[in-house]
Amino acid sequence: MAMTQTRGRALLLTPAALWYAALLLLPLAVVLIFSFGERTPIGGYAPGFTLAQYANLPARMAAFRNTLTLAPVGTLAALLIAYPLAYFLAVRVSVRWKTLLLVLVIVPFWTSILIRSYAWIFLLGGKGLPALLASIGFEDIRLLNSPFAVLVGIVYGYLPLMVFPIYVALEKLDLRLLEAAADLGAPPWRSFVQITLPLSMPGVLTGSMLVFILLMGEFLIPAILGGGKVFFVGNALVDLFLQSRNWPFGSAVAVALVVIMLITVAIYTRVVKRYAAGRDDVAMM
Amino acid sequence: MMIQNPSMADAASTDVAPTEVVAEFAGATKRFGAVLAADRINLRIRRGEFLSFLGPSGCGKTTALRMLAGFEAPTEGAVLIDGKDVSAVPAHKRPVNMVFQHYALFPHMTVAQNVGYGLRQRRPRLPGAEIAQKVDAALAKVRLADFGARRIWELSGGQQQRVALARAIINEPQILLLDEPMAALDAKLRGEMQRELLELQRSLNVTFVLVTHDQEEALSMSDRICIMGKGRIAQVGSPQELYDRPRNRYVADFVGRANIVAAKIIARQGGIAQAVLGNGATIGVNDLPGDTRGKAEIAIRPEALTLARGKDAVPEDTVALPARVTHRTFLGDRTEYLLMAEGIGPLQVNSPRQAASAIGEHDVGAHVRVLWRAGTGLVLAADI
Ligand SMILES: Nc1ncnc2c1ncn2[C@@H]1O[C@H](COP(=O)(O)OP(=O)(O)OP(=O)(O)O)[C@@H](O)[C@H]1O
Ligand SMILES: [Mg+2]
Repeated sequence: MAMTQTRGRALLLTPAALWYAALLLLPLAVVLIFSFGERTPIGGYAPGFTLAQYANLPARMAAFRNTLTLAPVGTLAALLIAYPLAYFLAVRVSVRWKTLLLVLVIVPFWTSILIRSYAWIFLLGGKGLPALLASIGFEDIRLLNSPFAVLVGIVYGYLPLMVFPIYVALEKLDLRLLEAAADLGAPPWRSFVQITLPLSMPGVLTGSMLVFILLMGEFLIPAILGGGKVFFVGNALVDLFLQSRNWPFGSAVAVALVVIMLITVAIYTRVVKRYAAGRDDVAMM
Repeated sequence: MMIQNPSMADAASTDVAPTEVVAEFAGATKRFGAVLAADRINLRIRRGEFLSFLGPSGCGKTTALRMLAGFEAPTEGAVLIDGKDVSAVPAHKRPVNMVFQHYALFPHMTVAQNVGYGLRQRRPRLPGAEIAQKVDAALAKVRLADFGARRIWELSGGQQQRVALARAIINEPQILLLDEPMAALDAKLRGEMQRELLELQRSLNVTFVLVTHDQEEALSMSDRICIMGKGRIAQVGSPQELYDRPRNRYVADFVGRANIVAAKIIARQGGIAQAVLGNGATIGVNDLPGDTRGKAEIAIRPEALTLARGKDAVPEDTVALPARVTHRTFLGDRTEYLLMAEGIGPLQVNSPRQAASAIGEHDVGAHVRVLWRAGTGLVLAADI
């Protein structure tokens, strides 16, 4: 009996295991091997074992710097915009409007990010926002092809991914807890800090991690709104693999990115664990 | 038994002297759209008393309590605490605390942090040591001395209830509000908690306002009960007053059992009305002060009536109503008879065990006489 159960479970897990091995581990292994190789004169990959590619990483410093500043800043900005929105949707809006407003948050997702980013080119370009600013006296403001444009693009693009986990966490919040806090003498802002915020923390952490990881690998939005000036590691990879055909160096850059992400996820897990264990202190403030 | 001394009937025993008032509803009305949840509530709450709001589901008990706590503002009228109109004072600034129906304990805090929450909101801040010491004292008071470090989900329902109680009383409120705090507990635990709550109230000397739809709970615990129906107050009084002198059919029906029969009033004098029942018999009943109607409903408790056989002699000041037994329910200490009285309709008579053993039980279908002694019935007002 137990045997069949174990075998049955193994059978059920096989497709997932194969999928995981074929689509994740295998490419990763290939990339890792490539990163120690050498480039042939016509590009591509020649086997070898050298750390030269890793030594060359500082050549792509700008891409790492952009990614490692704009990904966290973008995540934070998305969080600061998403939280009030999710709070409004989950706590303040009457049930009748909730669904409609939620749909409005998702609708942009139905068009390709490419098209939506092009819309931003127009909005931030000469005839868009800068023209508007000029008309009220702020001349000569260039928005497009700047870190700001990329930030606007990524925050806009990833906002729903931040809104939904927070919304779900806040939706579960028992509003009677806020009444209890008020009854015990807490003014509204304090009950927000002591009750609402800690209880919605799981949503905040999930949303932040989701957006941060995706931002670390982003290349489309910087390519469109950064105008080749503000590029991410993702853009460097596209360049190295598709244009310059420097596969070993591209692989080294990719491995470096994966390592950075692993470190971030490790820190994140620790924070979450500490948070779960020390939830009490969160509310002590 | 309805009232024995008719001159007491109009005693305004529900009035509270101004110096004793801790809180007051002054014509407080609350509308939710088209729903009239509270309709011109006028009530004075006496300092230190145990007052219950009793009524069926949806009659506005919780709404009344929430107006006192500050979660609902009256649409019209006012709510006063300590003589001051607090209609515009937010909940977190009112000197009242509430035990919520489902406790509303903070799930991300320990028992001790929950209990100390109110003290941590004080400004200027209280020293941590003082808070810890008061938390320990409050937990000891609800017999949860060693539970401070526990998580909320590690507690049973009864223990959670006591945490909610401790979290409220630690703030030494002027009034403690309790919204059906025992509704989620099983019968045995509920009885235990009721006793503990009463002891707590006596030792703290705090005004308790309890919302319940459990008649027995209200009768056994309260100094006064405010019976509500359809957003209005039907009657306020001590448990005995409500049982002995229900003002109207709603209260007579809601508190205990009552026979209610239609009668013509042919004379009224000295607090006694002469009522002609449906079968023509005339009986003196306690009058409703100020009433002038020629027709009224008369209430009489099942235990005020007695049964006699056809041949038994009828005592003085008593009418004998011919009736047939339709149901008999033996309940150990008493037997409940349902009868059909000629010209009157269905009547319930409760016979205590001694009476039954003395005169024997009456079988279903037996023809008997229901004895109604003068002065045990009561004229009811038209409605709430
Ligand atoms: N926030 C609200 N919005 C709309 N209607 C409400 C609201 N709160 C209460 N009501 C209505 O007001 C009436 C009184 O409600 P309330 O909660 O005071 O009743 P209750 O006596 O406490 O009933 P229960 O014993 O079931 O708790 C009900 O008809 C209820 O539907
Ligand atoms: Mg209620």
